[in-house]
Amino acid sequence: MAAPRTLFDKIWDSHLIERQADGSSLIYIDRHLVHEVTSPQAFEGLRVAGRKVRRPDLTLAVADHNVPTTDRSKGIDDEESRIQVEALEKNAKDFGVEHYGMNDIRQGVVHIIGPEQGFTLPGTTIVCGDSHTSTHGAFGALAFGIGTSEVEHVLATQTLVQARPKNMRMTVEGMLGKGVSAKDIVLAIIGKIGTAGGTGYVIEYAGNAIRALSMEGRMTVCNMTIEGGARAGLIAPDETTYAYLKGRPMTPKGGAWEQALAYWKTLPSDEGAVFDKEIRLDAARIAPHVTWGTSPQDVLPIDGIVPDPKSVADDGARAAMERALVYIGLQPGTKLVDVKIDRVFIGSCTNGRIEDLRAAADIAKGRKVAGHVNAMVVPGSGLVKQQAEAEGLDRVFIEAGFEWREPGCSMCLAMNADKLKPRERCASTSNRNFEGRQGRDGRTHLLSPAMAAAAAISGRLADVREFAK
Amino acid sequence: MKKFDRLTGVAAPLEMVNVDTDMIIPKQFLKTIKRTGLGAGLFDELRRNQDGSEKPDFVLNKPAYRNAKILIAGRNFGCGSSREHAPWALQDFGITCVISPSYADIFFNNCFQNGILPIVLPEATVKELQDDAKKGSNAVFSVDLEKQEITRPDGGVVKFDIDPFRKQCLLKGLDNVGLTLEKKSVIAAHEERAKLQQPWLAARA
Repeated sequence: MAAPRTLFDKIWDSHLIERQADGSSLIYIDRHLVHEVTSPQAFEGLRVAGRKVRRPDLTLAVADHNVPTTDRSKGIDDEESRIQVEALEKNAKDFGVEHYGMNDIRQGVVHIIGPEQGFTLPGTTIVCGDSHTSTHGAFGALAFGIGTSEVEHVLATQTLVQARPKNMRMTVEGMLGKGVSAKDIVLAIIGKIGTAGGTGYVIEYAGNAIRALSMEGRMTVCNMTIEGGARAGLIAPDETTYAYLKGRPMTPKGGAWEQALAYWKTLPSDEGAVFDKEIRLDAARIAPHVTWGTSPQDVLPIDGIVPDPKSVADDGARAAMERALVYIGLQPGTKLVDVKIDRVFIGSCTNGRIEDLRAAADIAKGRKVAGHVNAMVVPGSGLVKQQAEAEGLDRVFIEAGFEWREPGCSMCLAMNADKLKPRERCASTSNRNFEGRQGRDGRTHLLSPAMAAAAAISGRLADVREFAK
Repeated sequence: MKKFDRLTGVAAPLEMVNVDTDMIIPKQFLKTIKRTGLGAGLFDELRRNQDGSEKPDFVLNKPAYRNAKILIAGRNFGCGSSREHAPWALQDFGITCVISPSYADIFFNNCFQNGILPIVLPEATVKELQDDAKKGSNAVFSVDLEKQEITRPDGGVVKFDIDPFRKQCLLKGLDNVGLTLEKKSVIAAHEERAKLQQPWLAARA
């Protein structure tokens, strides 16, 4: 009998074209997502060399990073942003790649639309010139971010040369407490392993707490896997996965669906498969989390206090903490619930899906955003926006005092007009609290959608458990 | 692709850990559709004040390091975003070798696509090299990829490891896309096999 294999091993083995003499592998790529920021130089490279896109039918393009989230009927004001968005449209047309334009209802953040359209499927390899490609691992797909040179390589050859990563299994068992979400699970994990803890690994998430998550929640966990240093997160496909995928525009239909389903059911890690590293976490002990510093690993339960650099032994880590506290403008010993905020951002590839908006709306309903806070909700896609409006969530947000915007990456990375002013403090459902990420000298606190809504109403970081109805 | 074989030059010590690619090249510089000219934005928020004036304390603004060719950085260098603009900015600035105890995976890969050599050395060795580098413009290092050696300002030699395939690609400045395109027939054969195993993937519904 063959040796037991992990989910990762199975996907890797079935996509291995050849192992090269030096040990690196040439692997086949089933799905390639393309956005406007990391692709223009790749298409230009093809043009200069007179090369074509090998499999335009396996490629899907959408503009998300630069698009305005306000009225789009007049186009994009910022000239550079407009040029980049137009370049994508032209490149897609010239090379025969399907493209969702800014006014297409299917437009949205690239990692939201892949699953939404059923472009993302279990057992596949998926890449995109974007580190949050890890999101798609929620479907049991090996999905990871690549640079622009690799984008060009995939466009031209539909393959990549890669070193085989190692297997890590992160088992989360137990029942999540009230007000605790997938975002809190992944923030707790990053707090535990650190921002480089997963470097060189693919992390498979397992355990009944992961199984109990919806696809939206699983995507949140896999999305932020890169913040723990691992390029890909994986969750074995199951009935939740199949129920989400069935009937989506690009999923197989009829007999092909049955055939695919039979194959997908062979994918979960075999009993006895060996992982290079195993970590366990008790879900019941995870509280709502929030970051206090400038790295996603700078994270604590909401009832915590800002840490003191004096307590850190390692020179590099202490210097990083001192720098982070100066940047973020907080004193050691401050209670996190005493931190006053100016802005709230709900959205992004981490938390811009329908379930995220429902969780935030649930807290916002019948309440008001604090007078000094500007809060905005940016749906992850046109279809998420449509769904939310059908459920009346837009009314809930608007009545509570939130702005209701058009879909895009928005203030997750602030490439469009949505950004923090210097020293503005933001409670954000996005994925990175790096210096300058949401605007120069802007201060970011990462948290879940429900926690973000609670912060908007309180005007400070707040414990969502106190909002339970 | 640009070659890397050897270089001699000043090394700038950047002791911060977890330097992310947002820090290396902030988002406002990502709106370009070109690979060139990004050196102007390298470490922008560390190098410049909001009004555009220089921050004199930042290492690359100090006279000794303005023409640095090597960066000696803290661990987990290049974490975060996959933006290849980070190595493009380093390359355009004139830095073609980074030395650090560890790198984030995507940044590490991106370096090799752009003629930049990311050297991994133990933390203690990196600290020693940073101490050398702090001596300023007289502290000249040489890096020889063929021999896998760094020569320190005092003439001492530090050896480093590197993946042999990546070494060859850097030394020869190989076009990775061109190399893979030569394997057209094995790729096509794989596509045929995959069509049998997962026929639903080939033609999108």
